[in-house]
Amino acid sequence: MTAAAEATLAPSVPTAFGSTLTGTWRLVRFMLRRDRVRLTVWVLGVTALYAAQLGEYLVLADSPTALEARAVIMRTPAMISMTGPGYGLDDYTVGAALANELVLWIVLTVATMSILQVVRHTRAEEESGRSELVRAGVVGRHAPSVAALITVLLPNAVIAVLTGAMLVSGGLDATDSFAMTAGIGLASLVFGAAALVACQVTEHARGASGLGLAVLGAAFVLRAVGDIQEEHGGALSWLSPIGWVQQTRAFVDLRWWPLLLCVVAVALLLMLGAFLASRRDFGGGLVATRRGRADANAALDGPFALAWTQQRIGLLWTSLGLGVMWLLTGSVLGVVPDMMETVRDNPIYSTLLGEGDLTKAFVGIVALYAAFGGAGYAIAMSLRVKAEEESGRAEYLLATPVSRVRWLGANLAVAGIGTAVVTMSGVLATWVGAVASGVTDPAFGDFAGLGVVYLPALAVLVGLAAALYAWVPRATPVLWALFAYMFVVGLFAELLGLPDWARGISPFWWVPNTLVADVEAADILGLCAVAVVLLGLAFVGFRRRDVVST
Amino acid sequence: MSTTSMGATAAPAIEIHDLHKSFGTVKALDGLDLTVRPGEVAGFLGPNGAGKSTTIRVLLGLLRSDSGQVRLLGGDPWSDVVALHRRLAYVPGEVSLWPNLTGGEAIDLITRLRGDGRSKAARQRRQELLERFELDPTKKTRTYSKGNRQKVALVAALASDVDLLVLDEPTAGLDPLMEAVFTEYVREARSQGTSVLLSSHILHEVEKVCDTVTIIRNGRSVESGTLDELRHLTRSNVAAVVAGDPSAVGVLPGVHDMVAVPADGGTRVTFDVDNEHVGGVLSALGALGVHSFTAAPPSLEELFLRHYGDELPDAGSALSANGSPAGAVVSGEGSVR
Repeated sequence: MTAAAEATLAPSVPTAFGSTLTGTWRLVRFMLRRDRVRLTVWVLGVTALYAAQLGEYLVLADSPTALEARAVIMRTPAMISMTGPGYGLDDYTVGAALANELVLWIVLTVATMSILQVVRHTRAEEESGRSELVRAGVVGRHAPSVAALITVLLPNAVIAVLTGAMLVSGGLDATDSFAMTAGIGLASLVFGAAALVACQVTEHARGASGLGLAVLGAAFVLRAVGDIQEEHGGALSWLSPIGWVQQTRAFVDLRWWPLLLCVVAVALLLMLGAFLASRRDFGGGLVATRRGRADANAALDGPFALAWTQQRIGLLWTSLGLGVMWLLTGSVLGVVPDMMETVRDNPIYSTLLGEGDLTKAFVGIVALYAAFGGAGYAIAMSLRVKAEEESGRAEYLLATPVSRVRWLGANLAVAGIGTAVVTMSGVLATWVGAVASGVTDPAFGDFAGLGVVYLPALAVLVGLAAALYAWVPRATPVLWALFAYMFVVGLFAELLGLPDWARGISPFWWVPNTLVADVEAADILGLCAVAVVLLGLAFVGFRRRDVVST
Repeated sequence: MSTTSMGATAAPAIEIHDLHKSFGTVKALDGLDLTVRPGEVAGFLGPNGAGKSTTIRVLLGLLRSDSGQVRLLGGDPWSDVVALHRRLAYVPGEVSLWPNLTGGEAIDLITRLRGDGRSKAARQRRQELLERFELDPTKKTRTYSKGNRQKVALVAALASDVDLLVLDEPTAGLDPLMEAVFTEYVREARSQGTSVLLSSHILHEVEKVCDTVTIIRNGRSVESGTLDELRHLTRSNVAAVVAGDPSAVGVLPGVHDMVAVPADGGTRVTFDVDNEHVGGVLSALGALGVHSFTAAPPSLEELFLRHYGDELPDAGSALSANGSPAGAVVSGEGSVR
């Protein structure tokens, strides 16, 4: 066939790349309109987080010895893995501390926002079929992707400007301040662009989000390993966008060029995304979803097994994620006495730690935090029954020979077991970290005991969630308010001077730090009794009421 | 198949009398009556929002009735839940499945909960159903369309050996081929003595398989009987273009509401005809020289307008609220996961 004939036979394709972007601005406006509340909450939340952290660091400015002591701790591998490459440790200033310690966590926060936001407007829309409507209009192939990235750029830019201004108002150098916040925004954008590529690869939004977050996790690990290997970062640090921001050496010896890497990475990822997008069908992915089993495992034969298959993935990731955190926390236990000495003057810490053995007091607080992890898990998983009911899945299951008591009991049992696993694995991961860093006192038994005494209080939460669900399902959000209240009581009761009855509302208030105090049997038995009564109420209530599907 | 029910319970499979159920101030059921005799396929017909699903949920012990008598397979649906549910299978109107299970896993779970599904015969039956309904059991349920989720529930229900099938609009998401397969299985169930309650808002779907029909509206039964007894309901809408003068057709017995307008090459007539008079009307039309002819069963909404519109002064507005697509959204039946 001649070239001329080919030309006439080939379908006429618009060759200009610009036409694939038709409609981008209209989509941007539409996305911003849809997400005006969501994005506002994100921006304000991140800004508030900055403000809170900044406040803590500015306190340090008045005490050079505290900063010096802090710099010492920042040289330990455990702290390096959780902070940065350690520029300016020899003359640690508030700015250097911010850049070294805070950048990582802010990037993790805003990058998560970017990833979820990109997936939400691209793959999730495609999966739901909504973007079929949009793409059928006068909209170019790449327009939704580019529009999604622009709607990610805007909140990141706003955050960068607001927080930069905040740092300046705190008395920090303006150029370094904006370099740091702009760098954070750019890194966030890199992960947004990476999510865009992930959206081309997988068929489902959940998979794309997971892949994007995995990239973020890899970036975290790469720079942690790189920074530990070599002072001020090794080769691996330079493979991580988080590392690029930290390598600008803000507040120490600012250099801008590492940020160019972010810009180049965004451009490359966009090109890769466009390349992949042109090679796949609408709705399809480059990687097809795996097929599953045609027959159920022999064990899947009842509501307990079903609840377990539904909750196990969540349990695995919660335990793993929190476990790694507690492991790292445990590994700093060796330096805790020194670190704590330096913050004794801080009223928040001094009331929390009290007098006496600092390590034991600190471990008690870690256990309290681990129990909070368990509490959040207990509430979230106990309330899964509500989603089961609203979706109609409970109705379908209860139409089989499964009694309501058995169904609710199975779900709560799985939630309860998971709660115990999350709590105990958190406490024991701290122990593993402590042992790894050479701390042998407190010993395994001490840690285990510390976790076990929280279990009755956690059972109260499961019982309360179940009772509310059974009697007033609409009131279940109250549980999260209680969770926040428990946090306040646990950490600030002394500082706020709360009366005893107000503290007693929190189930955790009845749980002692077993390393420094004796267990009051009456308190623990009381918690058990309350849990039993609440669970009993839940079963009675759930047997009486209508099962409603919406 | 259902020897236990045939022997042990001569009582009706379902017996509901004067059932009331309110949600807050909304009266969902307002004196409903429904009887399904053993081995009978009963149509349960009503527009969206009429109370079909509410009735079924009362029967399944999911909702507690406010007043009235309800007996299911000789037992009390609220207090004898587990024993009764061993003997029935249910297909929800809006099937929602566990997203991380595959279709095959969901089917096995439901049949095992009912106490079977592991025997060799049961595995064969399951395989046959999967093939007939053309369902791929290896896909995760979150990737299934509405129709495929419905197939999962249908396979799980038909795979079990039960005395009663409770099917809530089971064909809403199926294409006509699959609907035919479904009809075949309902007939098979009847031949084995299984009782079936089949809810629907489409009259002709119920006509195909049901022995009896109960029609409900605004939570109350308005008609009930065998299909023959309800024959007066099944008028057809006829539209034809004829060459001659059609005025003679308009006065034939069984012809209603005829409208004639001139059309190209003849006269366009539209009218309703009682089904028992179709023969006479056809020969009269034939004599006029027919250019085109269509006959269609009336929709349930038309039927309600015709039969009950006079009884209830607000029928028009009630119907538009209940019968239109908007009504489906209001009643929540249009929601997708």
